[in-house]
Amino acid sequence: MYSYEKEIVERDENTVHMNVGPSHPAMHGTLRVKMEVKGERIMNTEQEIGFLHTGFEKLGEHRSYNQFITLTDRLNYFSPLSNNIGFALASEELLGITVPRRCQVIRTILAEMSRLADHSLCVGAMTMDLGAFSSILWTFVEREKLYDVFEAVTGTRLTSSYTRVGGLAFDLPADFEKRVTAILDSMDKTLDNLRDSFYQNRIFLDRTEGIGVITKEDAMAYGITGPMARASGVPYDIRKFRPYLCYNELKFEVPLYKEGDTLARYKIRIDEMAESISLVRQAMKLLEPGPINFEDQKRTLPDKTSTYGDMESLIHHFKLVMPGNDHGIHPPVSDIYSSTEAPNGELGFHLVSDGTSNPYRVRIRGCSFINYPILGKLLKGSMLADLVAILGSFNIIAGELDR
Amino acid sequence: METMIAYKPENHLTLIAKVEAFAGDRLLGREEKSHYHQFKVKGQDAKGLIQFLRDDPELGFAYFIDLTAVDYLRYPAPQPERFGVITTLLSPLLGIRVQVKAFVADGDPRLPSLTDLFAGANWTEREVWDLYGIEFMGHPDLKRILMPDDYEGHPLRKDYPLRGRGERGNFPVYHATTQKTQGGG
Repeated sequence: MYSYEKEIVERDENTVHMNVGPSHPAMHGTLRVKMEVKGERIMNTEQEIGFLHTGFEKLGEHRSYNQFITLTDRLNYFSPLSNNIGFALASEELLGITVPRRCQVIRTILAEMSRLADHSLCVGAMTMDLGAFSSILWTFVEREKLYDVFEAVTGTRLTSSYTRVGGLAFDLPADFEKRVTAILDSMDKTLDNLRDSFYQNRIFLDRTEGIGVITKEDAMAYGITGPMARASGVPYDIRKFRPYLCYNELKFEVPLYKEGDTLARYKIRIDEMAESISLVRQAMKLLEPGPINFEDQKRTLPDKTSTYGDMESLIHHFKLVMPGNDHGIHPPVSDIYSSTEAPNGELGFHLVSDGTSNPYRVRIRGCSFINYPILGKLLKGSMLADLVAILGSFNIIAGELDR
Repeated sequence: METMIAYKPENHLTLIAKVEAFAGDRLLGREEKSHYHQFKVKGQDAKGLIQFLRDDPELGFAYFIDLTAVDYLRYPAPQPERFGVITTLLSPLLGIRVQVKAFVADGDPRLPSLTDLFAGANWTEREVWDLYGIEFMGHPDLKRILMPDDYEGHPLRKDYPLRGRGERGNFPVYHATTQKTQGGG
């Protein structure tokens, strides 16, 4: 049985054991770091995770492909749309489906908008952890506007479940472009504010410059991806490595920094937000009327209005959603690794199919799980207060960490 | 400006030639996937192949992507052994990904740990140990990571039921003490 007494170990009489988390305002979810501190210096750490373990991978083996999309919402719950899109693309790759043009454009726009929402929360929370309060209000105002649009598009603010295997749940609302354009304009101003307030701020620079430096070699050996890796000079972005959706038609630069410190991880998120704004603007020009679902209704759920309206679609709908092995989508017996660039890095899905309507194995390569272990190495020898700054720049989401 | 790592499918030929020359008979098979190749080996041969992939100057698979496992107990297609431990790597030099699938037998599943090659293998191997019960020899700290420390069984195995084996009902119940706090508490 688990006991706290077991954790008391022999120690140097000058050091003190400290416990931060699992429930602590600075820990961004249920993370626990056990530390051995000497004065304010951290001598040794141990990270403990698993407090939010939900068993998504086991559940996935007992759900159909379309049902699993609702579980992906709960992975990185700050950008659920990115997870939906990542899983839909992986299962479409398994099935060999290519979705229609309009669906791809919509997915591109929403993926970039959820990147904006995720990054704006990260930079706001990080600066708040370091003592600045106005910035989180600015970013939360922007995030709120984005969530209003997500609500108009998907029907919910958080658990979007917007994609389907081979398409989308429904089309965009009529005033979508107008609303998004207004948000992007105000987002530009917020980004300027964030740059002006922190890039020259002595207090902020003292807390972040040269703190928590990840070298390029370490980043690759630990498998760190996304903004964290690019802040350390690893030129890896799946949108450029293997362009999916419409990314090969859009013009964008991927920001890169060499420093690898907490400041670089802050700056790179601001730069990526600026790029995302331009990406959304470009992708909106590609929006043209057309179908949003793959035409073969034996593999893609029919449009909901036609399900209620004509018999063919109703039959197809039932054939796809009924439980049992005679119904549902049956991908070939094979396995596939497919990944997309989620806001925090490479979100990979390793799907193994045994030919039945449920996946045989769903492996979620969550970026937070792979990005988190290096924290222990960075903390060794640094100050206690650096924990908050470094962890804020990691943007670890417990839903994806513990799955 | 440094150029981004881009996918170069033509480099697969180099990879296949080098791996086949290195592994020879130890290679159980190769499968072409949508954008990467999967090499199948036995559990004890996996580490040698992965070290070769990482250290060979013409390959340079130095980017750790993922390590996971699959339990093939009820899989329709026949597999050499029950468990497959899958390591995914990326080469910034060649611009391609590669997967190594190491087959491990049931009973006492174990294979050499990759922790001295890739720091990222530490937690992923702990996860595979936790959920599949596959032991990684030479791992510095092989203990449970997602499940509680006193948990019995390995939940992602196919013979483990979805609703568990009654562990939830057997959790000890802690009652809050009803003592009143003294003083200003």
